[in-house]
Amino acid sequence: MARIDLDHIRHSYLANPERDEDYALKEVHHTFADGGAYALLGPSGCGKTSLLNIISGLVPPTRGRVLFDGTDVTDLPTENRNIAQVFQFPVIYDTMTVFDNLAFPLRNRGVDEADVKRRVNETLEIIDLANWAKKRAQGLTADQKQKISLGRGLVRQDVNAILFDEPLTVIDPHMKWVLRSQLKRLHKRFGYTMVYVTHDQTEALTFADSVVVMYEGQVVQIGTPAELFERPSHTFVGYFIGSPGMNVLPVKMQGAQAHLGPHVIELPGAPKAGSGARLELGVRPEYVRVGDVGMPIQLQAVEDIGRHRIVRGTLEGSDIAAIVPEHQELPSEPRVTFDPKGINIYADSWRQTLEA
Amino acid sequence: MLELRNVSKRVGVEKHLDDISLSFERGTLNVLLGPTLSGKTSLMRIMAGLDRPTRGSIHFDGVDVTGVSPQKRNVAMVFQQFINYPSMSVYENIASPMRIAGADKKSIDDAVHRAADLMKLTPYLDRTPLNLSGGQQQRTALARAIVKNAGLVLLDEPLANLDYKLREELRAELPRIFAESGAIFVYATTEPSEALLLGGNTATLSEGRVTQFGPTIDVYRRPNDLITARTFSDPPLNTLAMRKRGSAYVLEGRVEMPASGDLAAVADGEYTVGFQPHHLTLEPSVPHAVRMQAVVTSVEITGSESFVHLRFADADWIMLAPGVQKLEADEEISVFLDPSLVLVFDSVGRAIGRPQAMAA
Repeated sequence: MARIDLDHIRHSYLANPERDEDYALKEVHHTFADGGAYALLGPSGCGKTSLLNIISGLVPPTRGRVLFDGTDVTDLPTENRNIAQVFQFPVIYDTMTVFDNLAFPLRNRGVDEADVKRRVNETLEIIDLANWAKKRAQGLTADQKQKISLGRGLVRQDVNAILFDEPLTVIDPHMKWVLRSQLKRLHKRFGYTMVYVTHDQTEALTFADSVVVMYEGQVVQIGTPAELFERPSHTFVGYFIGSPGMNVLPVKMQGAQAHLGPHVIELPGAPKAGSGARLELGVRPEYVRVGDVGMPIQLQAVEDIGRHRIVRGTLEGSDIAAIVPEHQELPSEPRVTFDPKGINIYADSWRQTLEA
Repeated sequence: MLELRNVSKRVGVEKHLDDISLSFERGTLNVLLGPTLSGKTSLMRIMAGLDRPTRGSIHFDGVDVTGVSPQKRNVAMVFQQFINYPSMSVYENIASPMRIAGADKKSIDDAVHRAADLMKLTPYLDRTPLNLSGGQQQRTALARAIVKNAGLVLLDEPLANLDYKLREELRAELPRIFAESGAIFVYATTEPSEALLLGGNTATLSEGRVTQFGPTIDVYRRPNDLITARTFSDPPLNTLAMRKRGSAYVLEGRVEMPASGDLAAVADGEYTVGFQPHHLTLEPSVPHAVRMQAVVTSVEITGSESFVHLRFADADWIMLAPGVQKLEADEEISVFLDPSLVLVFDSVGRAIGRPQAMAA
């Protein structure tokens, strides 16, 4: 496995990019550590797939270099980068047996048959398909086929990295749980460098040690799931991660007090942002408490989604959502308070450090 | 009202649909929930008139429409694999059903702009579909279904290829849009959470059969059988084989759970006890919660919640715990369950009533 350095990568699909907006990837300068599990998360068009294709060699970047363990591979084609790829739709040879599908990349590289047998059998155990070895791939379900795609990556122990492009999108919800935890165990056991592209927050957050959130061709935050949840560095991260996303309310600041209409919210400190900045208070629905005390809201809807309810309303003219546990009573004229540990202040969409 | 009466569909020797009877009222949202190949698409194709049932009939407002072609049924359809006219602009794609219906220019223009606005397509009205992303193409197909103003709208996993955030927004919007139109709205999905967010009614499907049909939240909370409970759980339903002995359900040497309400009244014997992942807790949620010793197999953390995978006796469970839970694999931990929240199923998978607390 290898460390992957992205050295000032920029990419445009135009022949002669000039302005910033000509670039699908504005600039990415980042290192994926050897043995790390990373997710690239963002909406369609954010540049995450372009970035993955630059790592795999499918797309040569307009600017910048790609290095594997310090060696420049920018000009190498995909087949010489020694990487494994798992795509949204599994690429399988239907007429071959499961065993031969896994043996294919090894035989292709002239590995002798005794080694092929040993490694394929090991891999079959890992992906839980040992009983299917002699069956043709044709009759397999989508999740079994996706396991074979994954197995083809694992069978070559020398790969630099395994790259995943939305691998679970076509898999039924129940099988997603199985494949996800299997992937997690594999990573723990073998320490592959893995880069996983997805627009699904649950997949990204549960898979990765470190999640790279992308928006309009830029990396807006890199962090652990807990950091992205508790301290979103940009209001986009607050919105995109979490369901429903973070509430964002316009406020006026006076020292360590946030003014929301007639209401005053005490903060542990004051933001540094200069005057003139657009100031907002971000608080996730999980940190909004609904009850008889606090700021009155106009109730719009209560959505019962089984394990909890989502209360939607307006607070001083802004939309607000709160998550309320399954069995909690709701007052007829609900009021809300914010848990102080869930409050963040944003100036022109970027999170501010509060100074006491 | 749309009625399906004893509809079956065979293709060769394979039974795709097995004796389905359902009725949908005007102005309602009806979810078909089930895994891939459970029969959702087959059922929709029959509702649309694209396929004929092998047995049974379809009635629209009391009129038998079983052999009537889709063109004569006033149906709008959106499939997961979106279909647009490649040579027409997005505007013309959306406008096409109204042009065919002979609507005037002004009302077409109003309707197209309203639908485009809703689907966030306004900037792309002059482009052709091939110059759009997959998500934008699917939104074009949805916008066309909206302006068609059909009596029956069939949506087959329409959001499956879209961004998850866009799905969240459209899920909230779609029921409102179609409720206004007074149409019957049928929506197929594989995802329990999507059914719960959409609300309305849900029919759960398994291997070509409808296992239950009713208000979505009722089907979720009070499944009639184990298949329905499993179909409607994400994370998957936790289950445990237990023996009922007198006033308790027992797994020898591991756990003894007092039975109340209907669950106490049934005959002694073997049962399957099921419960939702969020009902398993790290601290007792009520004083009479049952304690169990389980082994952690892995932990997935989303930032707001942790999915703790557990092994208990022969069962693999998932606990959905709030916050970030730093637990290590192979660690043995105590977990708790409020016995009034369990579902109990007999040897053929039928739910056997409710514990005391939920009997009302």
